[in-house]
Amino acid sequence: MTSTKPASTAAPPRQALAVDTFKHSPALGAALALLGVKGSVPLLHGAQGCTAAAKVVLVKHFREAIPLATTAMDEVSTVLGGDANIIEAIATLYGKSKPKLIGLCSTALTETRGDDLEGAVCRLRQQHPDLAELPIAVIHSPDFMGGLQEGFAAAVGSLLETFASPGPTIPGQITVLANACLAPGDGQELKDLLEAFGYQPLLVPDLSDSLDGRLSEAPSPLAQGGISVEQLRLVGRSEQVIVIGESLAAVGARLAERCHCSLTSIPQLMSLEAVDGFIHQLSRWSGRPVPERYRRQRRQVLDALLDTHFYFGNKRVALALEGDLLQGMVAFLQACGAKVQTALTPQIGDLALLGESCDGAHLLVASSQAAALAQSKGIPLYRLGFPITDRLGQGLRVSIGYAGLLRQLIELGNILLEQELAHPVHPGG
Amino acid sequence: MVHAPTNRELLTEPACSHNPAAKGGSAKKGCAQKAKPGDAQGGCAFDGALITLVPITDVAHLVHGPIACGGHSWGTRGSLSSGPQHYRHGFTTDLNEHDIIFGAETKLRQAIEAIARDHRPKAIFVYATCVTALIGEDLDSVCKQAAQALALPVIPVHSAGFRGSKNFGNRLGGQALLDHVIGTSQAPRQAGPSINIIGEYNIAGEVWAVEPLLEALGIRVQARITGDGRYEAIAAAHQADLNVVICSKALLNVARTMEERYGIPFIEASFYGSANVSQCLRQIVDHLVDSKLADLSLIDRSEALIATHTALMGSQLEPYRQRLAGKRIVLYTGGVKSWSIIAAAADLGMKVVATSIKKSTADDKARIEELLGPDGVLIEKGGAAEILDVIARTGADMLIAGGRNQYTALKARIPFLDINQERHHAYAGYEGIVALAREIDEAMHSPVWEQVRRPAPWEQEP
Repeated sequence: MTSTKPASTAAPPRQALAVDTFKHSPALGAALALLGVKGSVPLLHGAQGCTAAAKVVLVKHFREAIPLATTAMDEVSTVLGGDANIIEAIATLYGKSKPKLIGLCSTALTETRGDDLEGAVCRLRQQHPDLAELPIAVIHSPDFMGGLQEGFAAAVGSLLETFASPGPTIPGQITVLANACLAPGDGQELKDLLEAFGYQPLLVPDLSDSLDGRLSEAPSPLAQGGISVEQLRLVGRSEQVIVIGESLAAVGARLAERCHCSLTSIPQLMSLEAVDGFIHQLSRWSGRPVPERYRRQRRQVLDALLDTHFYFGNKRVALALEGDLLQGMVAFLQACGAKVQTALTPQIGDLALLGESCDGAHLLVASSQAAALAQSKGIPLYRLGFPITDRLGQGLRVSIGYAGLLRQLIELGNILLEQELAHPVHPGG
Repeated sequence: MVHAPTNRELLTEPACSHNPAAKGGSAKKGCAQKAKPGDAQGGCAFDGALITLVPITDVAHLVHGPIACGGHSWGTRGSLSSGPQHYRHGFTTDLNEHDIIFGAETKLRQAIEAIARDHRPKAIFVYATCVTALIGEDLDSVCKQAAQALALPVIPVHSAGFRGSKNFGNRLGGQALLDHVIGTSQAPRQAGPSINIIGEYNIAGEVWAVEPLLEALGIRVQARITGDGRYEAIAAAHQADLNVVICSKALLNVARTMEERYGIPFIEASFYGSANVSQCLRQIVDHLVDSKLADLSLIDRSEALIATHTALMGSQLEPYRQRLAGKRIVLYTGGVKSWSIIAAAADLGMKVVATSIKKSTADDKARIEELLGPDGVLIEKGGAAEILDVIARTGADMLIAGGRNQYTALKARIPFLDINQERHHAYAGYEGIVALAREIDEAMHSPVWEQVRRPAPWEQEP
C-alpha cells in the first residue's frame, strides 16, 4: 500500500453519502399500507432480505406478528427473470393460508432487472385457473422512488386502481384515504369522529383494525382486520372522498376523476385550526351539530394550550420526519409558540445533518433512530414517525384530532417542563 | 487481484459436517440451498455478511446500494462495544435511479472519501448489494484505488443478497476477512499463549462473561471475530495459537483456512451451559499444554477456576432450580445452539421436550437425540403453525426461540424467551446461566398468564 495524501483535498460532495439515514424503503411503506386490508399478505418481489429487513422493523415498531412474504430471488432467477418465483410464491401462499388479497410489491432489485409484474400475474392466472379470482394488487415500489410514505401512497393508489369502480353514490358513506403517518389509533379516532356525524367511514387503508394490538382468539398468518376487498370495490361511490396528507393527493385526485366523486384534501389534522376546520366541514356536510363530546374535548384542548404555553414559548425544536408528518408537527409546534430550528425530511438530509444543525435546540422530534444522537447531544427526544422501537404502544397512539392534540400538548409539555425545572433559564442565559 | 470465491466454492466447506463430501459423499454436492418463494423466512446473504462483520467496532460499514439495504438495519444490532462506536453508524450510498442507470462508482468513491475524512475509522468495509452486483459495479477496483489514495484499508464484501441465505452471508463475511484482513498486520507478536474467538458476536455483552475466565488463566484473546472486534487485532489474528469457533458452522471456513495458511488448529465449542463452558475451557487448556505453550500447572489452575465458578453458579441457581425443576421447554433455534441450550436447561433442571434440527448437522442431531432422550420431538421444518402444534402436543410450558417467533408464542398465550441476536440479556458463561434462569423464571411465572388465559366473566356463563 502506498502512503499518499488523500486523493482530493477538496471536500467530496455530501450527497454521495447518507449517514444514519431515516429513510425507509418504499416497499416497506407499501407493505404497511397493505396490512390495512383484511386477510391480506404483502409479497415483496426481491431477495429474501428485502422482506426480512422490512419485517423485523415492522415487528419491532408494532410489537405484533406481521405477515410479509418473499419471492426469494436468487442468482439464477436474477439472471433469468423472476416470473417463475412470483407464480410459485403466490400459489404457495394461496395453498398455505387462502389470503383474501395478495399485494405484490416490486423492489429495487426486480425493477432494475426489469421484471414484468403485471405480465407475471396474467401468466399465473393462466397457469392456475383456481387462482383466476384471487384478488392481487401490483405495486411498483422500487427503493429509488422515495421513502416509506411514497411506497405507502403507491400501494393505496394500486388498491384504488385495482378495486374501486364508479357507481351510484351510497348515502352516508365516506371514504378516507389515510396517509402513512396515521397510526392505528389515529384511524380509530377518525372513524369515531365520522361515525359521530352519522357517516359510515371506509378507511383506505384501515390499520386501526389490524395493527391496534389486540389479542384475538386464533393467531392468523394474514392481516387480521382492515378494510375488506369487497369494501374496497365501493370506495369510489362515497358521498365524499377525504384525502389526508399531501403524499396521497395525486392518488386521491385520480380516484375522484375516475369515479366522479367529490374530493376534499386535508394536509394534516394535528393543529387546532386544521381540526376545527375539519369538524366544521363534517357538521356542514351532515347537517348535524358538533356532538357535545367534541365540544367538551375542544374546551379541554383550549385549557391545555393555556397550561402548556409557558413551556412551549420560544423553545427551539429540530425535527426529522417524513414530509406529511413533518408538515403536521410543524403546524402543531408553531401554534403552541415553539420555534422550528431545523426541519428535515429524508429527502433533504439524514440524522448526521440533524446532528450538525440541532445545537442549542430544546427538543428533537424524530424516530427511535435518533435516540443515540439525542443522548450524545443531551437534548430530549420526542419519538414520532417510524420506527419507534424503544417505546411501547405504537398501535394505540393518537396524534390527530382533539384527542391527539391533548395528548401531544401534555406529553411534550411535560418534557419541556421537566427540562425547565432541571435547567432553570437565567436572565440573559 | 484477489480471487473472489464463487458460490459453489463457498458452499463446499470441507470442514463443515453439513457437507456430504466431508462425510465421504459427493464432493460436488456441497450445501444445497434453495429458498422457496412464498415460504422462505429469514435474511439474505447481505444480512448475513452484516451480522458477521458489523460487530467490528472501529471500522465504518458502508452499504453500496438502495435504501432498503442500508436504511432499515443500522444501529439495531445487539452487538456491544467496549470502546469505539463507528460500527453503530449507518453509512450508505442510497442509490437513486440516476445512479443505477449511469453507474455509481464515482459516488461510491466520494462516499468512501467522505467517511475517511469525517469519521476517521480504522478501515472501511464496503458491501455490495443485489442492485450493485446486477449493474456490474466494480467494487474491487474502487476499493483498491481508494485504499491506495487514502492509505486506509478499504475492503470489498461481495454480499449481494440474492447469492443466498443469511448463513451463507455469514460465510461471505468470513471470506472477506480471509481475503483482505487476517494476516495483513505487521505488528510484533505479543507474549504468552493466545486464542482467537470466532463466531461470537458479543450480543448483550456475552463475551465479557467469558473473557475474564480466560484472563484468569493467563490466556490472551488475540482477536474477537467479530464481537467487540478491532480491526488491527483481526489483521493480526494469524499470530494466535488456537482458534475457538463458537456456535458457528458458517465461519468454519475462517478457522479451516487459517489452519491451512498459518497452521493454527481449531476447536468447536459453546459458551452456553456450564458443562459446555467447562468443556470449552478444558479443551483450550489441553491444547495449550499439549503444544507446550503452557506448563502443566495450567490444568490444575483451570480445574480450580471451573470448580469455583461451578460452585458459585450452583448456589446462585438454587432458588431458581426449585421453581423451574421439571418444567418443559420447546426450543426453536438454529444449529449448535439447539444442543448447547439443552445443556443450559439441564443446569436448571428443566427438560427440553422438542427442538428444531433444521439447521443442525448430523453431529448436532446425534448429540440432540442423546440429550433429549427417546421421547424428544425433533422439529424438521418450521413455521408458526408447526411450533404451536408441537407445544400443544408436548404440553410444554414455554417456547425459547428467536425474536421472529416471539409473537407466535405470545399471541397463543404461551411464555416466551428470546435467544437470538436482538435480546437484551447475556446468557453465556457461568454468570449467563444465572441470568438465563432469572429470565426464564420471570417469563414463566408472571402473573399475566393466568389473566390472559381466563375468559371474561360473561364468557363463562352457560
